[in-house]
Amino acid sequence: MVAREPILRGTGLSMAFGPIEVLHAVDVDVRPGEVHALVGENGAGKSTLMKLLSGYHRPTAGDVVLDGQPTRFRDSNAAEAAGIVLIHQELNLVPDLTVEENVFLGREPHRFGLVDRGAARRATAELLATLRTEVPVTRRVRELSVSQAQMVEIAKAVSRKVRVLCMDEPTDVLTGRETEVLFDLVRRLTADGVAILYVSHKLDEVMAIADRVTILRDGDKIGTFATADLTPAEMARRMVGRDLADMYPPKVRPGPEAPWALEVEGLDVPGFVRGATLAVRRGEVLGVAGLVGAGRTELFEGVLGLRPAHGSVRKDGRPVRWRHPEDAKLDRVAYLTEDRKGKGLLLSKQLRENVTLQSLERFARPFVDLRAEQAALERSAKEFDVRVARLDIEAAALSGGNQQKVVLAKLMLTEPDVVILDEPTRGIDIGTKRQIYFYVAELLARGVAIVLISSELSEILGLAHRVVVMHDGRVTGTLDGDGLDEETVMAYATGLRRDPPPGLQEAPTQEVDRVPA
Amino acid sequence: MSQPEAAAVPTWRARLRRVPWQQLTPLAGLVLLLIVGSLIHPAFLTSTNLFNVLTRAAFIGIIAVGGTFVIIGGGIDLSVGSMAAFLSGAMILLMNALHGGAISPLGVVLIGVGMVLGSGLLAGAANGLAITRGRIEPFIVTLGTLGIFRSLVTYLADGGTISLNFALRGVYRPVFYGAFLGIPIPVWAFAVVAVLGAILLHRTRFGRYVRAIGSNQEVARYAAIRVARVRTLTYVIQGLCVAIAVVLYVPRLGSASASTGILWELEAIAAVIIGGTALKGGSGHIWGTVVGAIMLSLIGNVLNLTTAISEYLNGTVQGLIIIGAVFMQRGRQGR
Repeated sequence: MVAREPILRGTGLSMAFGPIEVLHAVDVDVRPGEVHALVGENGAGKSTLMKLLSGYHRPTAGDVVLDGQPTRFRDSNAAEAAGIVLIHQELNLVPDLTVEENVFLGREPHRFGLVDRGAARRATAELLATLRTEVPVTRRVRELSVSQAQMVEIAKAVSRKVRVLCMDEPTDVLTGRETEVLFDLVRRLTADGVAILYVSHKLDEVMAIADRVTILRDGDKIGTFATADLTPAEMARRMVGRDLADMYPPKVRPGPEAPWALEVEGLDVPGFVRGATLAVRRGEVLGVAGLVGAGRTELFEGVLGLRPAHGSVRKDGRPVRWRHPEDAKLDRVAYLTEDRKGKGLLLSKQLRENVTLQSLERFARPFVDLRAEQAALERSAKEFDVRVARLDIEAAALSGGNQQKVVLAKLMLTEPDVVILDEPTRGIDIGTKRQIYFYVAELLARGVAIVLISSELSEILGLAHRVVVMHDGRVTGTLDGDGLDEETVMAYATGLRRDPPPGLQEAPTQEVDRVPA
Repeated sequence: MSQPEAAAVPTWRARLRRVPWQQLTPLAGLVLLLIVGSLIHPAFLTSTNLFNVLTRAAFIGIIAVGGTFVIIGGGIDLSVGSMAAFLSGAMILLMNALHGGAISPLGVVLIGVGMVLGSGLLAGAANGLAITRGRIEPFIVTLGTLGIFRSLVTYLADGGTISLNFALRGVYRPVFYGAFLGIPIPVWAFAVVAVLGAILLHRTRFGRYVRAIGSNQEVARYAAIRVARVRTLTYVIQGLCVAIAVVLYVPRLGSASASTGILWELEAIAAVIIGGTALKGGSGHIWGTVVGAIMLSLIGNVLNLTTAISEYLNGTVQGLIIIGAVFMQRGRQGR
């Protein structure tokens, strides 16, 4: 690539939140027409760096340099006016307005003092056409799929004459096909000279789309490399700074005599899952792999009575029918939600109230024993290594890793013997990840059965004894965890391969659009 | 053991910082009103006047204790005023019908009380089930029942007034006008309801679940809490509280009409909000509600005693105080 003058540079950028510096004197430059990826573990400082460059934070030291001029963006709006736009993971659209209204929100074209909707519609339609995105301009954003909403965000950015488009984990919520569409769009934008700053933890995607990669670790810049000069393995090693071999505890297989703890047969969850069959033994990790939208979460929510479902479920060989999560709790099954903040924690409540919420009957006789609760919290904090200065704080004040530990502690206070973990390490740092993996091993030793739903294949391969792969609402294969590789799992997850399910006829599942929250 | 003394004893400043000042604003408002009242009129600080204020506060206060559960649980009940009127009318008609038969007047009153308490539970359950099982917004359901109960009492009274038989009034009268240990019966009832409510809200699983549901219903559901059941129960409690208020209210006037209990729902909600309970749910205190109800009653009393502001402006002053209370809450809940 021809080295052109960078549009945007950061020189010696440091950032501190309170007394803690999270980014240490990082240099980075973004050139026109390139895709520049920022990679690193959680907490490495990727998002912080991106927010410094796009005016969301002001650096505590160092400069943001725009077109060779040191600049201080007053706020993100000032950065947007200069053509630097950040697209958040939680998309920033108004769900009840139409596509066109969102694109022109706050700067609607006017005519005779009234909003000129015709002009706005034409401009939006033109814009979407140049982006080759087929989204009806009069559709309300609420009715769009996540990927379509993302396209609208990008259209909005482009309509503001974007020069640097910052994207924070844009493919996290996309299916494989939608990711391809996004990458096409990215390539067209870069061909027009737009620079893309791209944060992702999916290294294969980074390899596919990025021209250059800046690797961060614990707030330090490790280096900027041409993508072509790196292999994914090298990239991972530089990100982590050590070998990944000791991330996972040794796999101990349950004996063939280990009884089935949970068996699901022919389970339908209307709109999401058809005819799912799987089973997990005591002392076993059953991995559940698949792309986003494959129906993994919905399958287990159906099993647990969190959403309507029909099919047969057996617990310890006994047929059960859980209509409400409480029924499952009484049968000692616990589910760790993938939505920690929305469904896992009462963010505005104290840790004490959170940790005992699911097992409050153990603390009420009949009046809630606050001391016993406090003691349970202290025990849990110790057992799960919740690292906080004091325990009498709201759940919102905790880091993601600590929050996850509190949710896990909450589940474990119900003393379950089947634990379903849905994306247990999403958004948490590598140290905590490792702790969770070793905790899983501890549970296995106690004879607990674990179902591990995860989009991180390395985690599935590192922990699971057997792996169920789902594609488009169906179980496409049940694979042995030993000697399993990513390619095989992906072949099943993308529907390229499927093993015939026992006694089930083929019928198309309903396409389900996912709508941004 | 060898820790310096200074570390163990917190400084005054640290202690002051730990006082939940914002939670104390209702109390501060109450003290302010008491000071203003005593400056305005010499009769204000007499026990007769203050018991009078408390007795009047008891109706709204008891209803507002129930309302505290509903609002903390993330709901709202607009139907309480109409429900009170309907229950009053139905109770009087039942007692009049039973009077003169084989049952003694005392027995008739007891049956009437039992019927009201039972009907209150049922009416609350109807609201609650329509909201949870019918999945209809609480605002809509209780706006509907507000209209229904109001029209039912108008129908029962045939547009006029339903009056309690005089013989029964004599028996029933002490429930409002009587006193125990020098304290009026309604004030006792208010205190008992408030204490039981506080224990239920702050010391039991149910109370914890109500707060959890109001804070985030999804988190509660995923934590295996029976959200619909708990939420329905908050409306049942509200219905029961309305019934208790009716039991105290009927002997006061001995009648019910289409205008009984008008705007009680607003006063009850106001008492809850002034007391510091978050309108969006999740947190609140019974004692705050008690203070809120007493404040509303005090405002009326102070305006009665002064000539500076017309007592017809009672609603204006109350309204300003409600808006002010929510304004103060904003700092706590903003974000």
